[in-house]
Amino acid sequence: MPPRLAWRPAELAAIADESGTARTLRFRVPGWPGHLPGQHVDVRLTADDGYTAQRSYSLAAPADGDLVELTVENFPDGEVSPYLTEVIEVGDQVEIRGPVGGWFVWRPESKAPVLLVAGGSGIVPLMAMIRARRQAGSRVPFRLIYSLRDQDRRFYAEELRRPDPGLDVTYLYTRSAPAGATRPAGRLLLDDLAEGGWPATFEPDCYVCGPTGFVEAAADLLVALGHAPERIRTERFGPTGGG
Amino acid sequence: MWWNERVSIISRGFHGRRRPDSDRLPPGQYLVDDFPVLSAGPTPRVPLDRWEFTVDTEAEQTHRWSWEEFQALPMETPTVDIHCVTKWSKLDTTWEGVSLDVLFEDVETAAEYALVHSYGGYTTNLPLEDLLDGKAWLVHRFDGEDLEPRHGGPARLIVPHLYFWKSAKWVRGIRLLNEEWPGFWETAGYHNYGDPWREQRYEGD
Amino acid sequence: MTAEHLDGNALAGPLGEIFAVDVTAATGRCAGCGLTGPVASLRVYGPDPGLVARCPGCDEVILRLVRGPGTAWLDLRGTVSLRVNLPD
Repeated sequence: MPPRLAWRPAELAAIADESGTARTLRFRVPGWPGHLPGQHVDVRLTADDGYTAQRSYSLAAPADGDLVELTVENFPDGEVSPYLTEVIEVGDQVEIRGPVGGWFVWRPESKAPVLLVAGGSGIVPLMAMIRARRQAGSRVPFRLIYSLRDQDRRFYAEELRRPDPGLDVTYLYTRSAPAGATRPAGRLLLDDLAEGGWPATFEPDCYVCGPTGFVEAAADLLVALGHAPERIRTERFGPTGGG
Repeated sequence: MWWNERVSIISRGFHGRRRPDSDRLPPGQYLVDDFPVLSAGPTPRVPLDRWEFTVDTEAEQTHRWSWEEFQALPMETPTVDIHCVTKWSKLDTTWEGVSLDVLFEDVETAAEYALVHSYGGYTTNLPLEDLLDGKAWLVHRFDGEDLEPRHGGPARLIVPHLYFWKSAKWVRGIRLLNEEWPGFWETAGYHNYGDPWREQRYEGD
Repeated sequence: MTAEHLDGNALAGPLGEIFAVDVTAATGRCAGCGLTGPVASLRVYGPDPGLVARCPGCDEVILRLVRGPGTAWLDLRGTVSLRVNLPD
């Protein structure tokens, strides 16, 4: 019987800039029970007068001992993300509860092809799945469609520049496409999913993650393309994707 | 540690979105600069030509106002402090609306309790006397502008002396009852009355 | 902060304080319209002043969770049943 979910002390072990507005944080959490790619954690901050705030963040990497890796995007009007992206330093402590979320997960034992559709910071849990696939030496075919405003917002750019064999990556930009791009800037459309995704007849497992509006639009398009609703798993981050 | 003590993990340098305290704050509250939007469901959209506000008495008398009739009533511009049970407060918020005393002028009732109900299904309950004598308004403007839907527009109730969950957004009417009828949050663990000065947040406080 | 909804994945942590198993993968049946589906696909509002999970079909309230100091109130009256996968 797994232990009941409780807040665990977590110490920041490493920081890396992910994009102009995001950072990857690696916490050491003694006793961490491990997790599945796609799961998330709740992070709680306590000020010295006892005031607390908590937010949920997806795990960015597969289980690795007592290390818990998150990628946090800064939202200047937020309460927690400015602390995690601008203030916290190696050695500082937060509390982490998890792992949670048993539905939006990918298991390496699963053999169906996988379609990942990311909107902005929705890439995080999908990156955990991509990294878990690599860690497991899996040859399951993966396709990633990564929608974001512009190139400056890309997370994991270097890692996705040389995708693992069997992983196809398609970027689409909604505000500003790079010079020479064949697809003009604009929101995700049916054709994007048809070209960058798997045909419905392949019966892929689809994972869609990002702000609520993006997820609902993408899921509707996948259904329109013939993907069975039971094979589409969604995780909504809320309108801005964080806070 | 010789036995289990819960030691708080403090996150160095974390303060949250708060502003410095004021002595006008009830216990446990802090000031905010923005106006947080809290909700229990989708924002209702109510066209004004279909909007109505009703008071139903315990004797099944109904008093009804259309939007035009509501707009024709004498308006006040109360400036009040508001306190949310989630601990944020705003001081000197300005509204425009009709006092519940005006709406209740011709209402004959011996009932002691009120159940406020809203478009979208939200409900909240309070003693009728907490709605009268200058304690509550049906408002349609906030801070000099029409009340936005996410803050309860076209019209909401404000009852500033109680925690703000009693100030029902998208209000549709008030039912007068001889017995208490706990509303949405009151049946989910929140306090039946909700006085911020006695810090009555949860059931049992 | 806006009033847009999240989904039932956001219930995983809070419900994990109460249930020993992850219920986001459990299948619930709406008491309003009878729609069944994973708890993860519910429309979730909150977390303040409480978590309110609504049916993606009819928007009726399926579940409410309020967390106070030392207590949680869980109201499941909008759920007819929950089917949870457990190990043998």
